[in-house]
Amino acid sequence: MTDVLVVADHRRGDLRDVSYELVTAGRELADETGGDLHVAVISGTVDEFADKLNREGVDAVHTVDYGEEFNHGVYTQATTQLYDELAPQYVLTPNSVNGLDYAPAVANELDLPIVTDTVALETDGETLTATREMYGGKVETTTELEGPAVVTIRGAEWPAAEGTGDAAIEAFDADIDEDALGTTVNGFEEVGGGDVDISEADVLVSVGRGIEEEENLEIIEELADALDATVSASRPIVDNGWLPKNRQVGQSGKVVTPDVYIAIGISGAVQHVAGMKGSDTIVAINTDPNAPIMDIADYAITDDLFDVVPALTEEFH
Amino acid sequence: MKILVTVKEVATVEDEFEIEGTEIADQYLGADLNEWDDYAVEEAVQLQEAGIADEVVTVTIGPEDCEQTIRQALAKGADRAIRVWDDALEGVDLLDVEAKTEILRGVVEEEDPDLVLSGVQSGDDSWGATGVSLAEDLGFEWAAVVNHLEHDLEDGIASVRRELEGGVEELTDVELPAVLTIQTGINEPRYASLRGIRQAQRKELDVQSLADVGVDEGVVDSDLELTDMYEPESESDVTVWEGSAEETAGELGDLLRDKGVAP
Ligand SMILES: Cc1cc2nc3c(=O)[nH]c(=O)nc-3n(C[C@H](O)[C@H](O)[C@H](O)COP(=O)(O)OP(=O)(O)OC[C@H]3O[C@@H](n4cnc5c(N)ncnc54)[C@H](O)[C@@H]3O)c2cc1C
Repeated sequence: MTDVLVVADHRRGDLRDVSYELVTAGRELADETGGDLHVAVISGTVDEFADKLNREGVDAVHTVDYGEEFNHGVYTQATTQLYDELAPQYVLTPNSVNGLDYAPAVANELDLPIVTDTVALETDGETLTATREMYGGKVETTTELEGPAVVTIRGAEWPAAEGTGDAAIEAFDADIDEDALGTTVNGFEEVGGGDVDISEADVLVSVGRGIEEEENLEIIEELADALDATVSASRPIVDNGWLPKNRQVGQSGKVVTPDVYIAIGISGAVQHVAGMKGSDTIVAINTDPNAPIMDIADYAITDDLFDVVPALTEEFH
Repeated sequence: MKILVTVKEVATVEDEFEIEGTEIADQYLGADLNEWDDYAVEEAVQLQEAGIADEVVTVTIGPEDCEQTIRQALAKGADRAIRVWDDALEGVDLLDVEAKTEILRGVVEEEDPDLVLSGVQSGDDSWGATGVSLAEDLGFEWAAVVNHLEHDLEDGIASVRRELEGGVEELTDVELPAVLTIQTGINEPRYASLRGIRQAQRKELDVQSLADVGVDEGVVDSDLELTDMYEPESESDVTVWEGSAEETAGELGDLLRDKGVAP
C-alpha cells in the first residue's frame, strides 16, 4: 500500500491554492494501491486550516500547532517526525518558494531521493514515474524511481480537491528543538507598488528578453502609446533595472487578466505564465515557433519583433 | 570571511533541435554560465570589495570542457576555482540532488567557508534543491530564493530577504555558517573587463577527483533514472499569422480593432 503525506502551504492567515491541489495529487497516488492520504498542516491557525483541508478523499489531517508563519526549521522537523510516525511512501510538498526551502532538507534528513517541480505523477505502488520539464519548458522528461521519495509538485497542474471529507483531525505533538532553529522570520513587505497598476490595464504590451538592449524599449513604448496600452514585462527586464518592479508579470510579480496581452520576445516560462494565463486573448510575437508561450497563445506572429513592432505602431498612426 | 560559490555550466538549446534518447543532440546545444550563479558570483565579489569577504572561491562539478565558462567567474573577481571531475562521472545521465550534495559537501568540508552562495536553480534541469540539501547535510543554516542580503554580516547573522510569490518579501535573519540560494535581480552582474579576463587565465583552477574530495565512486548510483525525453504535446490551437511584417501587423491591428481595444 502506498500511503501519501502531503504538507499544506499557507501564508499570513490563508491556505494557498496549491494546498488543495496537493490533496488531489496525493489522492491520485494513494488510489493506485488503496493507500491512505494524510495531510499535514504546520503553524498558524491549524484547526481552521484543518477544517478547510478536510476535502473528499482525505483520510487524516495532522495539525502541528507551533508558531504562526512558515519557518523551514519547524517544517523540516515536523515533517520528518510525521514521516517516522506514519511511514508514508511519498511525501508531497508544493514546489513553492517555501516548499523549496524545506523539502530538500526533509529528503536529506530522511535519506530519501527528491524529485522537484513535477507536473504529472504515476505509481504502481513501487515505481514512481514523475514528469518534469527541462530547458525552460522546451522538453518534458520522465524520471523513474523505486521506493519512498520526497516529491514537490508545480502549482496549477492538478485540479483543487473539492467536497467535504470525513478525515480524522488529529493534533500531532511534534517535538520541536528550538535550539536547532537557526533562522528567524522578522516580517513581510509588499513590493512592487507605485504609480501604475498593470493588473488594471485592458491591453498590455509586454516585453521580454528578446528586446536585447535597454535602448530598444523605445519601440515598445511607442507601440503602447499608439495603442493607448500599458507596458509590462517579464522578469529579466525588471532584474536588469530597465523597468520598475511594478511592471513585472508572473509568479513573483503581478497576476494580470487584460482583454489582450501581447507578449513580445517572451518565451513563456512557467513563472511568467502563472501571471498572465488568465488573459482573455493572448498574442505572441516570437521568432521561435516552439517557444512555450505558443501553447497558451491564441494568435502568434513567428517573426522578428524588430520588424513587427514598428509595423504595428505604424498601423495606428 | 570566506565565501564559496557553487557554479555550473548549463546547456542552452537552439530554437530547432532534435532529441536522441534522453538527451538533446549535441549539435543543438550551447553552453553558458548558469544565470542564477552569475548573480551569486556578483554578490560574493561585492562582499569582497566591501571588505567583508577575504576570499571568494568557486566550485563546480563538471568536465574539462566547462573551464572556459568557469573562468568567467574568475574574470569577474573570484580568487580561485575548484573543479571536481572524475571518470566515474563521465556519461552519467542524471547527477541527482543527493550526489551533488555529497560531492559539494566534500569540498565545503575541505574549504571551511563561512558562507556558501548558490543559484536558486540551474537553467537547464531546474531542480532547485541542491543548495538547501547541502546546507542540511552540513549542519549549516540556509535560506532559499534570496533577493537581498545586508552587507554587514555582523554577529554571525546574515539578514536577508526571501522573495515569495505575488510581490511579497520575507525578512529573515539567518545564522552563519549558511547556504543562501541567490535569486536573479539581487544585484547587477558586471561584465568581465579585459584585464579581468587576462588575470583569470592565471588564477588557480584546481581539479579534484572524487577521491580527492573524499567521496566514493558509488555516489553516481542514483535512485532516479531518466527514462524519456520528448517535446511536449502542444495543446494549443494558436492561429499563426503568416506573411511579411506589414501583413502580420495588419492582422493583429484588425484583431485589436475588432475587440474594440484599439484607438
Ligand atoms: C522563483 C522564480 C520566480 C520567477 N518569477 C518570475 C516572474 O514573476 N516573472 C517572469 O517573467 N519570470 C519569472 N522567473 C523567471 C523565468 O523562469 C524566466 O527566466 C523568465 O520569465 C524568462 O523571461 P523571457 O521570456 O523574457 O526571456 P527568455 O526565456 O530568454 O525568452 C526570450 C524570448 O525572446 C525570443 N526572441 C529573441 N529575439 C527575438 C526577436 N528579435 N524577435 C522576437 N522574439 C525574439 C526568444 O525566442 C525567446 O523565446 C522566475 C524564476 C524563478 C526561479
